[in-house]
Amino acid sequence: MSRLGRGLETAAAWLLGLLWALPLAYALWTAFHPPQFSTRFVLWAPLTLQNFAKAWDAAPFARYFLNTTLLVIMILAAQLVLCTLAAYAFARFSFRGRTMAFLLVLVQLMIMPDVLIVENYRTMSRLGILDTLGAIGLPYMASAFGIFLLRQTFKTVPKELDEAARVEGAGMLEVLWKVYVPLARPVYVAYALVSVSYHWNNFLWPLIVTNSVSARPLTVGLQVFSSGDQGVDWSIITAATLMTSAPLLVGFLLFQRQFVQSFMRAGIR
Amino acid sequence: MNETRRVNVRGWLLLLPAAILLVTFTHYPTLATLYHSLFSTAKPSRPSVWVGGDNYRAMVEDPVFWQVLRNNIWFAVGTIPASIALAILMAVWVNGKVAGRGLLRLAFFTPTVLPMIAVANIWLFFYTPGYGLLDQITGLVGLPSHNWLGTRSTALPCLIVVTIWKEAGFFMIFYLAALQSVSPNLHEAAALMGAGRWYFFRRVTFPLLMPTTLFVLINAVINSFRLVDHIVVMTKGGPDNATALLLYYIYDVGFKFWDAGYAAALTLVLLVILATFAVGQFLFIDRRVHYQ
Repeated sequence: MSRLGRGLETAAAWLLGLLWALPLAYALWTAFHPPQFSTRFVLWAPLTLQNFAKAWDAAPFARYFLNTTLLVIMILAAQLVLCTLAAYAFARFSFRGRTMAFLLVLVQLMIMPDVLIVENYRTMSRLGILDTLGAIGLPYMASAFGIFLLRQTFKTVPKELDEAARVEGAGMLEVLWKVYVPLARPVYVAYALVSVSYHWNNFLWPLIVTNSVSARPLTVGLQVFSSGDQGVDWSIITAATLMTSAPLLVGFLLFQRQFVQSFMRAGIR
Repeated sequence: MNETRRVNVRGWLLLLPAAILLVTFTHYPTLATLYHSLFSTAKPSRPSVWVGGDNYRAMVEDPVFWQVLRNNIWFAVGTIPASIALAILMAVWVNGKVAGRGLLRLAFFTPTVLPMIAVANIWLFFYTPGYGLLDQITGLVGLPSHNWLGTRSTALPCLIVVTIWKEAGFFMIFYLAALQSVSPNLHEAAALMGAGRWYFFRRVTFPLLMPTTLFVLINAVINSFRLVDHIVVMTKGGPDNATALLLYYIYDVGFKFWDAGYAAALTLVLLVILATFAVGQFLFIDRRVHYQ
């Protein structure tokens, strides 16, 4: 009975796993085979990279890749600096209005820039920076989530370490850089992975604030490309789709453990 | 006295860069949403004027608004319990002794890493009438071809399936973390008393997972009001607004009809919904602290 139960359970688990892998497997099949095989599953169908080559030539994907890369790096760099400074203030300085300020920061956890599209668009237009990478990134640079995560970590650093460094004559920022930042490294890695995958994938806000090739990230470029009315082949769209997700996907496959642990660490606050 | 002042100055200086951005892109727009929702939308011929509650009156009389709200509730009801149940199931399997669990974990988690927009493209192909995989499968059983995304009754369920597929693996991670912290002693004790696995899950594991479930639940609710990428790709809110969610409608009104005043009123409704859940989360976190 128990062995039968186990067997059934394993079968069910694998069935669900196959079901979950199916869409991606299907996409891989379509992308790597000629169009006439895109829905015909013949074992000896010839493999090809033609779809990728055609997709690459059909739209300025090189530029989109560059835009997304710059965007992700820019946002992450700003987030790391701003959140570190703010988290340090919240963790170790009992300045006036600290509790109130912290609550105001937490507001962003619920009211994310993702939903404030109308007003933020108005702001960007008034600043005269519509259709730039800066406009895409600015609302996300001060991240309540990052501040919260780092504050929790900084609070666990023993005060004695801090004081010892000060006795040796280190200034405020030096203490932060030499004591707090190194101790929080795993949290930085976790936050960076979550941030990079979030902004690599972000779509609606970039769609709204950009309207030219020079600022469009990959996700928006992909949408513009695949919804074009010249009737693009499914094989080519699928190839483009895989191409745009490839860096994250490959990164994930290589550092699976790290990814899973980072999402775990970043989620449990 | 001097020391207090120094702490104040330093604390605020450290906070300043982040505070400026937060105020500009979170607090100011939140308040500006309320303010602008009380004005008409500026037109080339007529500047924006104070209209009081007119935008809200129009909203109450707008059948699309109510439809969108209903859609969003159905979307939440359709995605949240299913993805949480699947997430628990996945976590229990991946945490147990199932053969090949590394591969299973990979299969479950991969959709989380992919951009929603890419996922939507893949599933769009899945659902293509006549040509897509779904129609090919139903064709094998002799069913006629069906326009899955173009029919009112099936379009929203199709989007719900995509969302469950994308989110379940993400929630699985949190359950996995929680399961790994369940003490093995409990298993041994239960085994000694001859408790079955289902009994053990129902009476021990599930109650222990309750804080995780609440956490995941609130995240899932927020996500169901925040994520509309797949709608842009797959249905554009159609057919006949059957798949338009609140944020998608805001996008439509604000950036296709360029009716900023009405879009602001709609945004305020969304903010109120999110704030309600925020307060809920706040109370929940409070409770968890008390029970520690």
